[in-house]
Amino acid sequence: MVQYPYEGQGFKDWSGALEKYSDSFLIDLFYKMLRIRLIEEEIENRYFDDLMKTPIHLVIGQEATAVGACAALSTSDLLYSGHRTHGAYLGKGGDLKKMLSEMHCKANGCAGSRGGSMHLIDPDVGMAWSSAIVGGAIPIATGAALASQYKSDQNVTMVFFGDGGTEEGVCSESLNFASLKQLPIIFFCENNFYSVQSPLRTRQSQRDIFRWAEGHGINSSVVDGTNVLEVYEATKSAVEKIRDGGGPHFIEAKVYRFRAHGGAGDDSQTGYREVEEREMWERHCPVESYYSFLDQNNLGIKSQRPELQKQIEQEIRDCFEHALKSPEPKKADLFKYVYAD
Amino acid sequence: MPWDESLVNSLVYDEPDPKQGRVLSYVQSLNEALRIALEDNESVIVMGQGVDDPSAMFGSTKGLQDRFGESRVFDTPLSEEGMMGVCTGAAMRGLRPVYMHNRPDFILLAFNQLITHAAKCHFMDNGLTQVPLVVWAAIGRGWGSGAQHSQAIQGLLMGVPGLKILMPSTPYDAKGLMLQAIQDNSPTIIFEHRWLMKKNGFVPEGKYLVPIGQGVCRREGEDLTIVGASHAIELAYQASKLLAADGVDVEIIDLRSIQPIDDQLIEDSIRKTGRLLVVDTGWAIGGVCAEIGFRAVEKWFSYLKGAVRRVGLPDVPTPAGYALEQHYYPTAQNIVDVVKDMCRK
Ligand SMILES: Cc1ncc(C[n+]2csc(CCOP(=O)(O)OP(=O)(O)O)c2C)c(N)n1
Repeated sequence: MVQYPYEGQGFKDWSGALEKYSDSFLIDLFYKMLRIRLIEEEIENRYFDDLMKTPIHLVIGQEATAVGACAALSTSDLLYSGHRTHGAYLGKGGDLKKMLSEMHCKANGCAGSRGGSMHLIDPDVGMAWSSAIVGGAIPIATGAALASQYKSDQNVTMVFFGDGGTEEGVCSESLNFASLKQLPIIFFCENNFYSVQSPLRTRQSQRDIFRWAEGHGINSSVVDGTNVLEVYEATKSAVEKIRDGGGPHFIEAKVYRFRAHGGAGDDSQTGYREVEEREMWERHCPVESYYSFLDQNNLGIKSQRPELQKQIEQEIRDCFEHALKSPEPKKADLFKYVYAD
Repeated sequence: MPWDESLVNSLVYDEPDPKQGRVLSYVQSLNEALRIALEDNESVIVMGQGVDDPSAMFGSTKGLQDRFGESRVFDTPLSEEGMMGVCTGAAMRGLRPVYMHNRPDFILLAFNQLITHAAKCHFMDNGLTQVPLVVWAAIGRGWGSGAQHSQAIQGLLMGVPGLKILMPSTPYDAKGLMLQAIQDNSPTIIFEHRWLMKKNGFVPEGKYLVPIGQGVCRREGEDLTIVGASHAIELAYQASKLLAADGVDVEIIDLRSIQPIDDQLIEDSIRKTGRLLVVDTGWAIGGVCAEIGFRAVEKWFSYLKGAVRRVGLPDVPTPAGYALEQHYYPTAQNIVDVVKDMCRK
């Protein structure tokens, strides 16, 4: 039985809204989602070469959240994430070379091979931090928002976490504190209905996550996380209100991961969820449904796609090559940065 | 008023002579340190449950909110893990939070953020971020503090790379170490002892720093070295007076910082005396006693004339009741007995 069917409306009512966006903006969203998809697929293809000795948590199926939400942020805004980092890092503009070097355990990885795939950071573009502990980044992001408020630096902080993350005590603690202090932060929950192989129904009572968030006195909403424009609009509206001095926002996006919780390939056939359920969501793939939408609205995407794809594939090949030939860290590196100077 | 105030007020310490310098109580000295730090650096903020209430964290935060405002000195929700994470995130973004707890027992709720996040950010980030924060708590003892309000957890934390742990024993050090800890760029924990709060001592005006990782010799002696920190030093000092009357001359090393540890100071002393007793306010197993004892065997064995000994808490949770407590906590007399036994051999 399909436990968590897709219940969104896709792009049904969106054609009329198109005129407020420039063509380049619309195409750029597609380009960014396609890029993440192709990067993830290549990581997956190469995973069993065992040269990336790191756990991976692919975001295939969840590209629209990272891309749509990050499109509403500026570079100096801060992004935090949980273990499922790839989309957040790339969506915020993180350096692909540094990411792949990190995954190949190389000295020039974004964290010098001390973080691994669950700890991708790139301070230059505001990809501030991530934690491999579920919920761990949520209070840290809240602290960053406190610092922004204290310094009046106008930055908005956003933190990505899963439905599982909302079950951790620190999530409630952080929502309460952010609400209390009216901090400039967006709590962004990617609800993909599963924590590893545990469905929501064995973990939470029947409730809407965003309603639960609302109970903390936070402005909360829910969006179709397969629709990049809907994600963008919800985030943009939150960002604008925050920049106008409004307090924290909570956005729940309903999404689906097309692969297993971790590693390469899907594991639906093990029985914790129906293959049919995944296939249903795949018919609402964030990349392809947006592509069809652009195509139907005559944005010339069909003629551009092959070139975009070629360009991305070349970039990916180059970055993998760069990672593979990059140097490994040395023994002396191990002992650095235990304490800060 | 904290429930154990009358107990703490009843404790008797050697009184410094006010003619020889300015005398402050331990708590006054902490209050002064926080005031100076807040004046000194806009990035410093002070938070904790009740820092702005009439008890003011035993008095250490008295008047600070009035002076520096609610954005810099504030009460927090009862969310130890969450607030530890908030401090970590704020520190990574340039603030210098001082997060105060009445008791170390409450820090146990924050271990995930303290140990698995704050202590490791700088390392995991390959040096890209720093976490300059201070976590402060006062170890409880007596008046029913019991198993859940008297835990001296320094031993649990000593083995966590990336943390610095300070345990002052005098008002002078309390101020100088607090100021140094706030200035340090790594997460630093200060464990005070509730019984030291009303102790008086010489405290210079203005800003001065006590370096982290440097111990101090409190009493020179020839026969045996006692190493410890915080309130254990007070006990060792009382024991040294009793021992001197019997012709036993002990040297007392106050570590002040138990992570990092001042190895050189201990080594120099053991080389002279050949005997080592380690004292601590925490459990003898797996903590300060165990670590220093092992270092002695590993590094300084050839100087030793006999077995290293320790006086810490027995392998038992703290009882709440007064009568049981008398059998639980070590006394100066316990130290005297162990030292005499060691010197006989
Ligand atoms: C505190 C903690 N508990 C358990 C885990 C193991 N774990 C890693 S990811 C994960 C699933 C989390 O699910 P969710 O938060 O919904 O995010 P998703 O993986 O679906 O993106 C679990 C249980 C962990 N890393 N940290």
